[in-house]
Order: sequence, then structure tokens, then C-alpha cells
Amino acid sequence: MYRYDEYDQQIVNERVMQYRDQVRRRLSGELTEEEFLPLRLQNGLYMQIHAYMLRIAVPYGLISSKQMRMFAHIARKYDRGYGHFTTRQNIQFNWLKLEDTPDILADLASVEMHAIQTSGNCVRNITSDEFAGVAQDEVVDPRPYAEILRQWSTFHPEFAYLPRKFKIAISGGKEDRAAIYAHDIGLAVTKNAQGEIGFRVLVGGGLGRTPIIGSEICEFVPWQHILTYVESILRVYNEYGRRDNKFKARIKILVKALGIDEFKRRVEADWADLKDGPGTLTIEEVDRVASFFSDPSYETLTDHDAKLNEFKADSRSFSNWLSRNVRPHRIPGYAIVVLSLKKPGDAPGDATAEQMEAVADLADRYSFGELRITHKQNLVLADVRQKDLIRLWQEASGHELTTPNIGMLTDIISCPGAEFCTLANARSIPLAKVIAECFEDLDYQHDIGEITLNISGCVNACGQHHIGNIGITGVEKKDHDEWYQVSIGGAEGNDSSISKIIGPSFTFNQVPEVIERLIHVYLRERMETERFIETVRRIGHAPFKEHVYATGFMAQEEKVAGKYIVESAQYEIPYYSPRF
Amino acid sequence: MIIKNKTIVADDWTVLRLQEQDTAEETIVSAGKIIVPLKVWRAQRETLQQRQDIGVWLASDERAEDLKGDIQKFSVIAVDFPKFSDGRGYSIAYNLRARLGYKGELRAIGDVLRDQLFYMQRVGFDAFVPRPDRKIEDALKGLSDFSEVYQTSFDPVLPLFRRTQRKGNSAAGTLND
Ligand code: HEM
Ligand code: SF4
Repeated sequence: MYRYDEYDQQIVNERVMQYRDQVRRRLSGELTEEEFLPLRLQNGLYMQIHAYMLRIAVPYGLISSKQMRMFAHIARKYDRGYGHFTTRQNIQFNWLKLEDTPDILADLASVEMHAIQTSGNCVRNITSDEFAGVAQDEVVDPRPYAEILRQWSTFHPEFAYLPRKFKIAISGGKEDRAAIYAHDIGLAVTKNAQGEIGFRVLVGGGLGRTPIIGSEICEFVPWQHILTYVESILRVYNEYGRRDNKFKARIKILVKALGIDEFKRRVEADWADLKDGPGTLTIEEVDRVASFFSDPSYETLTDHDAKLNEFKADSRSFSNWLSRNVRPHRIPGYAIVVLSLKKPGDAPGDATAEQMEAVADLADRYSFGELRITHKQNLVLADVRQKDLIRLWQEASGHELTTPNIGMLTDIISCPGAEFCTLANARSIPLAKVIAECFEDLDYQHDIGEITLNISGCVNACGQHHIGNIGITGVEKKDHDEWYQVSIGGAEGNDSSISKIIGPSFTFNQVPEVIERLIHVYLRERMETERFIETVRRIGHAPFKEHVYATGFMAQEEKVAGKYIVESAQYEIPYYSPRF
Repeated sequence: MIIKNKTIVADDWTVLRLQEQDTAEETIVSAGKIIVPLKVWRAQRETLQQRQDIGVWLASDERAEDLKGDIQKFSVIAVDFPKFSDGRGYSIAYNLRARLGYKGELRAIGDVLRDQLFYMQRVGFDAFVPRPDRKIEDALKGLSDFSEVYQTSFDPVLPLFRRTQRKGNSAAGTLND
């Protein structure tokens, strides 16, 4: 993976110093909260209900065991012993004190990490395919370009105060695993007929309150020009994006208002001056960065391992895990292992300090010391020898990391929701826990097959509910009670689509039953090996809607309500929501 | 006092801001060194261009190209930041410098605070009028927050990878050593 040289290290160190001084000025009253806000946000520091939350960048989701151990250290020393991995491949710590944050950033800098631009109206951390470099369907490894874009966007002087946040995702496989259609800019690295590398560029995708699938602005931008092309997109957005209304400030609204043709015309007019200029990438730079992503020293192995098959036959849980959580690798004899952070009953994406240390050890022993964080809030060991799978499974099971549910109903994506987030209308994590517990039965889950379920506590869509096969959103009601809208038909990847709401909203306690009813219709209607999403697309919403609203719901009030309440902060609370 | 070429210096330009009741055509541009709004420049161009002591300032919703033919007439152009969070001024500055080749003084006015100065100098500003309620000495420090930068902009124009020889992997080792 990429390693800092003296330049990277110096920039990050200077950032720590700059930030330390900003915090000092805030604490001394020299900076008002309003002035401090954009500064702390450009450093990933949010104020949540109980405490400050720090979002740390994991560039394109790639992390070393040493860095993972630093997360464990931060969780123990400054937080409550756990962290939360996010859909944007980052990690968040929820219970921090403002005074501690400069020290945390200094700790991070010592392992080549930072929290630069993980929030705020700037170019955010760049996300990518969690199987980059090892996937069988890879056309071009996106990681060198993701790193080049990371450096380009870091402290870009012109684009630090954009109309709104800006998210770039990049994928390099035949199948898109980075949700590039749901980003402000989506890039697919590819090859043209001559075998030259370039980028298919999408623009104006995004979720939030106006979910839109990105449009293609250019079919093929040769690799040399990708930085200048992206720069021109950013400049046109910076100049013309709306600033009068926060809800209409994302680039998707501009692209929609101008139309993709006019938007493209402006971008290319700007780009005409930049093309072949100093921002043009050189082959030396691409090669230099790519040298950090060359193959680890793979052994020459063959695929079929007799012991594995034997053990598979003996152990049903191992065989379930193998079929659900282990993916084929591009190198014979190797496998990609997804470690599940979705054990039913636990908060999706949460990992304890002990688990972090355990996965760091597993990475050292079985996967060249590297890990990835997935946009589905799980972890990946990308380079495991197939002959190590049994031992790895046994060891990881001891840390509750082998729930065989990747891509299944209980592999739920959830935002932090009302217990943490001041913008929420409803709780997300407790709902995720309750749903996961209702569908815990593995045979049932495996019968249902591949399905995605995403939960957001409000319209902002941090849980990406629009691109879940089933999406759940906390909605605002006058009575301040928790209500949830349920939608179906969303998907990410090559056949991305935005889900549609099925009808009036539900109470917390009704939602599990609603899911049950949706699944019932699917199981009744599906043809052969059809997945949930395919059935929805074939038969439409009506049969689902009809069944869900056909009969009333049993009042299961006490059963689930109030079961999962987060204890309140144990130190002085900087902000307190009236809701709790 | 303002910051100019990285030092604090005295300054005798005034900035003309139109009040509600003023119109660009009729407002009186007083004698002495004065920086007028683009609108006023356009409305009173005939008379103003006789004078040597006129500068012009752009609002954040105006564009560098609006000054295209006139750009070399000014020794001072200012860009207004109505709020520090309004980042359009950075692109205006970049376009004035990089696209239109403006060589004179480029001044940031309005909600100009210490933590923006580093970015501002990179896109081409060389003069800054920090908000009057802040210590100008503190603001000056903002110019030296970082000693290296990655990407091309106006200053420096070359990205790091074209300015330096950076090491590839063979020299780097692995983080877990
Ligand atoms: C609790 C702290 C958080 C706050 C205050 C917050 C705030 C927001 C807001 C306001 C938006 C909507 C932006 C817009 O529509 O322009 C948003 C979108 C989003 N956030 Fe968060 N968020 C938080 C946590 C998270 C977490 C934990 C994740 C990942 C698990 C996340 C991932 C996302 C994603 C993927 C989007 C959708 C991007 C898009 O609109 O295209 N956020 N967030
Ligand atoms: S979706 Fe809403 S409730 Fe959930 S984290 Fe985002 S802003 Fe908060």
C-alpha cells in the first residue's frame, strides 16, 4: 500500500500543528463557534448529541495492521473502547473531547493517517472498490489513481469552500463495487480499444434529499488528463453551484438545472485552457505511485485444497461462511475474506478495540499485514491463502467476526441515527439490531438470498437507503414520535437504481413485520434463482404494497421499544438534544 | 494596515461600497485612491478611465471575464468575500491570474480570516485586508501554515510531482516493519 514520503509526512504534521492552534484559539474564545465550524469540519470533527465525533480518513478503504492498532489505541484511550466503520470506508469515534482531538491527530500522523477533509464543503475522502487489485473482474487497478486523486484534492486551494460537500468514487472492475453512480463524480478506470488507460466520468450522482443517478459527462478521458478534467468540473461547480439554499447546493442540482450537455460544454470550455498544462499527469508519477500497489510476494499455489473440502463437509458453519464471506481471488490458491461486522444484535459497522487488534493480528498472519474497509461497513482480508482459511475462520470466530451473512438480509447498512446525530428523526441502529435479530435464522436468510437493506435516520441518507433493495428512512412527524418510510427497488453497482416509497410510514415496532411481509411476497413470487431486486423489477411495487398494507399490525409495543438506549455521556455534555 | 507581499504595510486605498439608495450610474466616486465596484466601473467607465487612482473590485457572483478588455488598466483589483464560506472568490482570483494574465495587485477583501490566507495566496492573491476585528499579526501567520503543497494552482504552478523527485516503493519499505 501507499507509504508517505517526507512531503506527505510534513504536510500531515503541519496540519496537526495548524489544527492544534485552531483548537487553542477556539478554547480561548478567539474564534467563535461559527468561525471554528468550517475549520473543524475540514478536519472531520462534528458535534453530535453527546460529544464530539471525529471521522478519520481511510483513503480508498485501505489500511495496514499498524494503523488498525492505532484505531484500537484511540478507542481505548480517548473513546469508549469502540469505533464505527462507515459506508464511506472511514472510521468514526463518537465520544471524544475537543481538547483531546489535536493529540489524536498527532497519534494518527505517526502512522501516516489524518482526518483531513473528511467533512465540510470540500472534496472528501476518495472511495474505491474494496476488492481493488485482487478482484477477478478487474480491468485496471484503481488504487494508484485513487492515491493520485487523494494528493491532488488534499488542501486544494480553490476548492476548500465549495457550495457543498463533494464525493468522488473510483472503480476499476467490470462490476462497479464503489457505487460510482451515487457520487458527485464517479470514475471508472478502463481501457479503450487500443488498450490505453482512461476514465469513464460520471457526474451529478448523489443521495440525500434529492437522490439522482450520475450522468456520463465523458466516455473516455485519457489518464494523463484526469486531474485537469476533474479540476474543470470542480471549478464550474464552484462558480455556478447554488449557494442560496443548502438543500440545492450539491452538484447534482446544478447538472440537472443546466442539463448534462450544457454542463459538459462549460466544463470542456474551462478544460480547453488546462489540457496539457502543468496539471497533466506524467507516466513517471503514475509509475511511482503504482509501485506501492504492486503485488505482494504471492506463492505459486493451486486452487483446490483437499483439506478444505473435507472440512467443509464436516462443518456446516464453515461451509456457510465459505460460500457467503469468501470470494474468489485473481491469483490461484488465494481467496478474499470478508470479516462481518454485522453480528445480529450488534451495531452495524461497530468494532471494539479488541476486535481491531484481533483483525490486525489476522492481517499480519494471513494477509500481508493489510486490511480494507468496505462501503458496506465490513472488513476485508484481501490476500489469504486458501490453505489458511480453516485456521483463519477458527481464529476470527473467536472474535465474532465470522457471521456468514455478507450480502444477506442481516448485512444491514445503517447510519448512526438519533442516538448520536442531531439531524435525525428516528433511531437507526436499534432498528437495525431488531431487524437483524428477527431474521437471524441462517437457513431462512440463505433461502432469501442476496438482498440489501439500508437504514437512514433522516432524509440525508447517510445509510444510503435509496440504493438499498429495501430502504428505511426516519421521517419527521408533528408528534415527534419515530416514524419510518419503507421503500423498495434501489440498487447499486452496474444496474443502479433509486428505490421508491411503498406508502404511508410505520412505527418502529411495525418495521420488522413490514420487512417480513415484503420478503413473503418475494418468496411467493420469485422465479427460479431470481434475486429480490429482480423480482421487484419484474412485478413492480403493487403486489408488495398490497400485501404490506392488507392487514393491521399487531401491537408488539413493549417487545422492542426502548430496548436499545445508549447511556448518556459521562462527562460534561457540550450539546444536548431535546429528544433525549 | 494590510498584508501585502507577506508583510504588514500601511495602505491608502479606500473601498467604495454602494449603499441601498446608491445607483452605479449616479454614485459619486470621490477623489483619491479608490477601489470601485465592477458595476460602477462599467457605468462610469468613460470618466473613471481618465484617472490613475482607480481600482476595481468583484463581488463573488461576478466573473473574471467581465473585466477582460480592461484588466491591464488597473494596478489593484480586489475580490470580495461576503462570507468566509463563499468560495467563489478563489476561482475568480485563479481566472484573473491564470487565464487573463493579470499581473497587478490582487487583494482579498471582506470576510477574510487567518485560516483562508494560505489558500488565497495559492490562487493568486498577494494582498489581504483581514477583518478589522482581528489582529493583523495573527492573520499574517496564516500564510505560512504549510511548507509544501501537492497540486497545481497559480502559485506554485507546478504540482509537487513536477517539482521534485519523489521516491517510489522500493525505497519505502512496508509500514509494518
Ligand atoms: C452523525 C454524524 C453525521 C452527520 C451530521 C451527517 C450529515 C450528513 C448530511 C447533512 C448529509 C446530506 C448531504 C446532502 O444531501 O447534501 C449526509 C449525507 C451522507 N452521509 Fe452523513 N452524516 C453523519 C454521519 C455519517 C455516517 C456515519 C456515514 C457513513 C456510515 C455517512 C455517510 C453519508 C453518505 C453516504 C451520505 C450520502 C451522500 C450523498 O448525499 O450523496 N454520514 N450526511
Ligand atoms: S442519515 Fe440523518 S440521522 Fe443518519 S447520520 Fe445522516 S444526518 Fe444523521
